[in-house]
Amino acid sequence: MKINKLYVFLLALALVAPTVVYPVFLMKVLCFALFACAFNLLLGFVGLLSFGHAAFLGTGGYVTGYLMLQTGISPELGILAGTACAAVLGGIYGKLAVKREGIYFAMVTLALAQLAFFFYLQAPWTGGEDGLQGVPRGKLLGMIDLSDNMTMYYFVLAIFLFGFWMVHRTVHSPFGQILKAIRENEPRAVSLGYNVNDYKWAAFVISAALAGLAGSTKTLVFQLASLTDVHWHMSGEVVLMTLLGGMGTIFGPLVGAGVVVTIQNYMSGGELGNYIHIIMGVIFIVCVLAFRSGIVGEFQKLVKKNFN
Amino acid sequence: MATLFGINLFALSGQLLVGLINGSFYALLSLGLAIIFGLLKIINFAQGAMYMLGAFFAWMALNYMGINYWVALILVPIAVGGIAILIERYLVRPIANEDHLYSLLLTFGIALILQGLFTHIYGSSGLPYSIPAELKGGTKLPFMYLPNYRAWIIVSSLIVCLGTWWVIEKTKLGAYLRAGTENPQLMQGFGINVPLITTLTFGFGVALAGFAGVLAAPVYSVSPEMGSNILIVVFAIVVIGGMGSIGGAILTGLLMGVVEGLTKFFYPEASTTVIFMFMVIVLLLKPAGLFGKEA
Repeated sequence: MKINKLYVFLLALALVAPTVVYPVFLMKVLCFALFACAFNLLLGFVGLLSFGHAAFLGTGGYVTGYLMLQTGISPELGILAGTACAAVLGGIYGKLAVKREGIYFAMVTLALAQLAFFFYLQAPWTGGEDGLQGVPRGKLLGMIDLSDNMTMYYFVLAIFLFGFWMVHRTVHSPFGQILKAIRENEPRAVSLGYNVNDYKWAAFVISAALAGLAGSTKTLVFQLASLTDVHWHMSGEVVLMTLLGGMGTIFGPLVGAGVVVTIQNYMSGGELGNYIHIIMGVIFIVCVLAFRSGIVGEFQKLVKKNFN
Repeated sequence: MATLFGINLFALSGQLLVGLINGSFYALLSLGLAIIFGLLKIINFAQGAMYMLGAFFAWMALNYMGINYWVALILVPIAVGGIAILIERYLVRPIANEDHLYSLLLTFGIALILQGLFTHIYGSSGLPYSIPAELKGGTKLPFMYLPNYRAWIIVSSLIVCLGTWWVIEKTKLGAYLRAGTENPQLMQGFGINVPLITTLTFGFGVALAGFAGVLAAPVYSVSPEMGSNILIVVFAIVVIGGMGSIGGAILTGLLMGVVEGLTKFFYPEASTTVIFMFMVIVLLLKPAGLFGKEA
């Protein structure tokens, strides 16, 4: 029951937060948190390191941005279309990537994401280096105007909660148990008769779809879809958020995204902007060498040691 | 102008040459990755950053210390290899027994720091490094004009690649290396200092990237971004070739350079993506890679 209280408290916090903190910043955190949750589903619960998740974030973003700009459909349909395209791309990339394991899996996904990057750079409808600018937020269900940041915030929060619930549901389902079995001992899962590659693929598609959902939502929030979203730096960022927060934990990606976005926002303003990659690199090294369970993971260890 | 079946032979051989040059760099970098992977079972994500470091060291040596290209060609790989040895000893080795994904993330962090550092100091626009006087000019061949420096890149990288291949396949040191790849515990049991060999291997694999960086300095502008762009292509090449074989890494690197060059001539829009497409095809037909051994 302790957990339930925690959920209620966090939800209450999320509901009142925009009265205290700038809502656009909060929406940015929520979008990246959803992205990191999606990524964590693969890395934390199946043990697959994808270095190309930016491709799905960017696909969601570009498709939604294009549809909102060109056809003027309502935002929920735009987001749905972006998510669907990311899922389809995830289906294709996943089929290819699960053919290789471990380090090769990381390299294949990175290379495939670079393929997507060059596609969005060269395709005639993506605006090249400029990206898609001035994407309208539109009216939700044709009624609720999203141009107000407060309204938009609660819409984004609802989307995030849905994505978070999806990950939670997946992890705690029989399907999720098989995923964990694959992570812990793949040959054994094979010997038990599970078609491991199909399970990995299914997890990959869910993860890609949720990453696309995050990208679609992000495009609406910032009214912009750009090459930054499909660049390999973005794939690295989501790895960092998950690693820092605690991979394989439910709240880790949320915490990691919060910390990384805060650092970025704090630094991008002043002269420190140049240091952002150096600092991210240092965090990577510190996490890998001394802090492999991440913030939430270490915290859980601490709680276990002292309160049980 | 020489043409054959309506194809401009001048332009074609020009693109082939560019392809061979790119292929030389791909070969040097993927060879380094393959050697390191063989013994340490890790992928060095900082290989591209080390290539960039090689080019910057050459530029700094010339502009701050007046060290010319030829000396830099020897000293810079040693310096880059030395840095790599420190990285292996103090950062990579402590996590050698963890999941190898951690070392991938560690070297990714190193790459971010190096790239960020050089962007901060030198900006991202790129610095010029002139071709050494001895290799200025070019040779006129019947079908094309061959700049001397470009010929030198191909020849010297081939010599280094083949020399490395020869050492690994034909000498006693190489036999240790291959034995270590197969079974490090057993080799340690025979009284061979495996940790030392591991460290030196990492240093040498990275030194190859440093060497490639010096070679690249006069043809590409020296910029902090130069490493990451080439590295992702090299990753795709490594997936295409499979890392089971040293010769395979060299061949695939050269081959992909040529494929890229040909694409630049026949269908330039696809030249940035052709290697990734090729990777997709290989994954579909022969998932272990052209020279891969594992199933």
